[in-house]
Amino acid sequence: MIEVRGLTKRYGDKVAVSDLSFGIEPGKVTGFLGPNGAGKTTTMRLILGLDYADAGTVIVDGRQYRDLAYPMREVGALLDAKAVHGGRSAYNHLLCLAQTNNLPTSRVGEVLDLVGLSEVARKRSKGFSLGMSQRLGIAATMLGDPQVLMFDEPVNGLDPEGILWIRNLMKALAGEGRTVFVSSHLMSEMENTADHLIVIGRGKLIADCTMAEFIARSSGAAVRVRTPSPDQLLLAVAAKGGTATVDNDGSLLVRGMPADMVGDIAFEQGIRLHELSVMRASLEEAYMEVTADAVEYHAEARTGAATIGSGV
Amino acid sequence: MATTTAPGSAPALRLSPLPPATGRAGLAGAIRSEFTKLRSVRSTYWTIAALFIVSVGVAAIAGFGIASNLHNNPWNKAGTDAAQASLIAFFELGQLIIAVLGAMVITSEYSTGMIRTSLTAMPRRGTVYAAKLIVFGTVTLIVSLITSFVSFFVGQAAMSGSGVSASLFHSVTIPRGVNMSPPAGGPNSNGPPIYHFIGTIVISPSTVLTAIVGTALFVTVVALIAFGLGAIIRHTAGAITSVIGLMFVLPIIIQILPDTWRWDIMRFFPDAAGRVLSVTIGQTNDHLWSAWPQFGVTLIYAAVFLTVGAYLFRKRDA
Repeated sequence: MIEVRGLTKRYGDKVAVSDLSFGIEPGKVTGFLGPNGAGKTTTMRLILGLDYADAGTVIVDGRQYRDLAYPMREVGALLDAKAVHGGRSAYNHLLCLAQTNNLPTSRVGEVLDLVGLSEVARKRSKGFSLGMSQRLGIAATMLGDPQVLMFDEPVNGLDPEGILWIRNLMKALAGEGRTVFVSSHLMSEMENTADHLIVIGRGKLIADCTMAEFIARSSGAAVRVRTPSPDQLLLAVAAKGGTATVDNDGSLLVRGMPADMVGDIAFEQGIRLHELSVMRASLEEAYMEVTADAVEYHAEARTGAATIGSGV
Repeated sequence: MATTTAPGSAPALRLSPLPPATGRAGLAGAIRSEFTKLRSVRSTYWTIAALFIVSVGVAAIAGFGIASNLHNNPWNKAGTDAAQASLIAFFELGQLIIAVLGAMVITSEYSTGMIRTSLTAMPRRGTVYAAKLIVFGTVTLIVSLITSFVSFFVGQAAMSGSGVSASLFHSVTIPRGVNMSPPAGGPNSNGPPIYHFIGTIVISPSTVLTAIVGTALFVTVVALIAFGLGAIIRHTAGAITSVIGLMFVLPIIIQILPDTWRWDIMRFFPDAAGRVLSVTIGQTNDHLWSAWPQFGVTLIYAAVFLTVGAYLFRKRDA
C-alpha cells in the first residue's frame, strides 16, 4: 500500500510534480499513465526516496520508504534496467543487493531461475540485450519477495516475446495478491494489464479511477446506428438530449445516451434500424482525449463523465 | 538470447519462502554488499595490480640504480636514504593509482546508474556511505601495507652489497657527510677523487618500520581524499583530476612561489606528509613539521572531504 500526499518536486524553475495525491491499492495492477515528461519517473523516484520532495509525503506500508526495516521485502522497484554496473556479473549484481537486506544467498539462484538467466549468471551484464537486462532488473525486484512491485516503462524497447513475458508476469504477480504499480505510455499494453489507472499530465493528477470508468469517460464511446432515414432519427435523438453525427459510411454515431434508449426512440418514431451497436472507446482514444490538454481537462471531464459514462 | 523460459510463457512464481525478518537492514549487510561490489569488478584488480607492479618495480629499478651509482661513486653513500629510495615510487606514483580506485568506488555508481539500484535496495544513505568507506579503507590499508613492505624488501635486495641498504632487523650505520679533495696529481688528472666521510647516522629497525608503515598510512589517506572528492564531484574524470591537482599540481605551483612564501605554506598541504614519513635519516626539510604532525595535516584534508562528501551523498537527489 502506497499513499502519496501533496507531492511536489521542482528541478530549478521547472515543476516536475505538483501537489500530487493518490493511493495504490493492494492486489491490483495499477497503470500509471501520462505523456513523456508528465512526471511519472519523478513520482516513482520520490516514492523510493531517490529524489527528495519539495513538499508532500509518501507513506509505504505505514512508513517512509527509507525507514522500512527491510525495504526489499516490502517493495521491489525497477526504474531503469540499465542502472547496473556493466562490469559486474548478473550473479554478483543480485548478490550485492541481497546482502544489503540480509537475504539468503540461495535466493540469488532462485530469482535467476525465475527470470531464465541462470545460464548467463556469471556473464558481465554489459553484454546483455535490453530484454535480458529487463529480466535481471525483475529478478532483483523479486529477491525480497515483496508485496509491492513498481515498474517504470517495463516494456519499452522490448520485442513482442519480451512484452508478452512482462505482461504475463505482472498478471501473475497481481494474481498472487501483490500490488503492481506500472508506468507506461503504451496504451494497448496497459489496456491488457491494468485494472486501475492513475493518469498525470504536467505533474498534476488527471484521473484516478478504474480502467472501465476511464474509458467510459471518453467521447469515443458512442452508439452506431444504420437506418434508411437518418435525418428523422437525428432530430428525434436531439429532441431527447442526445447528439448525433453522420459517420463516413453514412451511419449515425449517437452520443449522450445508451443504446437501449436509442432503440426505444427509433421504435416510438417508427424508424427502421438496420444496425444498432455499442462502440466502446479504446484506452488510447480516452487517453489521447484526456491528455491532449492536461490543464483544461478537469472541468470538462467532471461534467462529461456522468452523461457519457452511463451509455456504455 | 539464452533463456530457459519458453517464449512469452508465464513465469512460474515458485520461490521458496524467505526466513522471517528480524531486526532491520543495517551496516553489517551493507558492508558485505560493498565488499561484493568491490571484488566483483575488474577495475579493482587492475588498479591494485598497477599499484603493486609500479611501486615494487620502480623500487627494484631504483635499488639497482643506487647500487650502481655507489659502486662508481662510493662517496655518495653519505646521507643516502636507502629506505626512502625503495618507498618513493609507492608514495609518489602509488598514491595516484590508488586514488583512481578511491574515486571510482563512488563515481562508478553514478556513471553506471547503479547508485539508483543501490539506494533503492538500501535507502539509508549514511549506512551505504559508511559501508563503502569502511570496505574501501580496509582493503586499501591492507594492500598499501603489503605493497609498502614488498617495495622495501625488493628495493633493498636490489641494493644489497652497496653498503647502505636499510634493514628491519638490525641497525645500519651510514656516513653523515663527505669531504671531497681533488685527485692526487692535481685537479686535471684522471685519478679518483680523494674523499673521507664525516660523522655517522645510525638507522634503527624501528625507524625503518615507521617509514614503511607511515608511508602505507599516507597512501591510504590519500585514497580516502579521492573517495571524498568522488562523493562530492560524482564524476570519475573530475574527481581524479581534482586529486591530481591537489596532490601534484598544487605542490608544483607552490615550488614556483618565492621561497619565503612557500616555506611558510608548504606544510599546510596534504602531499608534504609523504616526503617526511618516508625519511629514515632524520628530518631533512626545516620547513615541514615532523612526520606525525605533518601526517595530521593530510588527515585533516581527508576528514574534511569525507565529511562534505557524506553530507552531499545524503542530501542530494541520487
